[in-house]
Amino acid sequence: MKKFKLLIIIFVFFFIWNNNLIAKNSDQVDKISKNLRCLICQGQSVYDSQSDFAISMKKLIQIKIDEGKKENEIYDFFKNKYGEWIVYDPEINKKTFLLWTIPLILFVFGGLLIIRKVSIK
Amino acid sequence: MIKNINFFFIVLVSLFIFFILLKGLEKNGKYFPNKNLNKIETNFKAKLLYENKEVSLEELFENQDLSIINIWASWCLPCRDEHSYLLSLKSINNINIIGINYKDNEVNAKKFLEELGNPYSKILVDTDGINSIELGAYGVPETFLFDPKSKKIIKKYIGPINDINFKEIVKIIKNEKI
Repeated sequence: MKKFKLLIIIFVFFFIWNNNLIAKNSDQVDKISKNLRCLICQGQSVYDSQSDFAISMKKLIQIKIDEGKKENEIYDFFKNKYGEWIVYDPEINKKTFLLWTIPLILFVFGGLLIIRKVSIK
Repeated sequence: MIKNINFFFIVLVSLFIFFILLKGLEKNGKYFPNKNLNKIETNFKAKLLYENKEVSLEELFENQDLSIINIWASWCLPCRDEHSYLLSLKSINNINIIGINYKDNEVNAKKFLEELGNPYSKILVDTDGINSIELGAYGVPETFLFDPKSKKIIKKYIGPINDINFKEIVKIIKNEKI
């Protein structure tokens, strides 16, 4: 029974230690890879995917972080290589202007409608 | 009267949306990688397959004209298919071909070349696939027509080279040389 308890304790410690190791290694990488689109797998982020491409990407992100690159610099790096499509958030430019402003316009419009309804009553 | 206007308004909006969606049907929904991104950095270092030393890709392009960068692996079947095209590009047109061995085992890679022939003047080893990403590649096989002087990619072939691509490459090489 004693042996068994010891075994459990060792197991639990090992599990915690192991878990910590994984988490420590990739907090920042996780965050960045969640914002990058895996270009060869449809509908998945680099974080989700286990394709060769995504695994290499994650490694490269880690290297860039170790080099002391900031998050935005890493996004720019990938945008330069693969185009804007690789990041999930589209940039604001001529083409995406409506995309960014329509929700705002609708929000203001809806607000106005509510205010009018309330004040009429 | 107000009911009428409302009805008219709804029909108008529905029609508007209908036509936008109809137009969207015609559009090709496939995503094609942006081929305008043609500048690459060649200053990363990697190990050579047949020599035990590290070089940068830049050094391999010194004093070279139009070159080909080919990303391949021994485990990749399409690479086998396109290999004959690379061999004939090398033998007929004598073009400088740099291979990048993607996520491969050294023994298998060498066996692959022994079996099928070696069109590459130099081969860089890319065990982690990181160098390929520096080049903006998606996977294997991939072939770039690269001009070392302007550091620009003239043409990018994602996937194995086929007959049509081959003819196109030969044409570009001939035009460049004249």
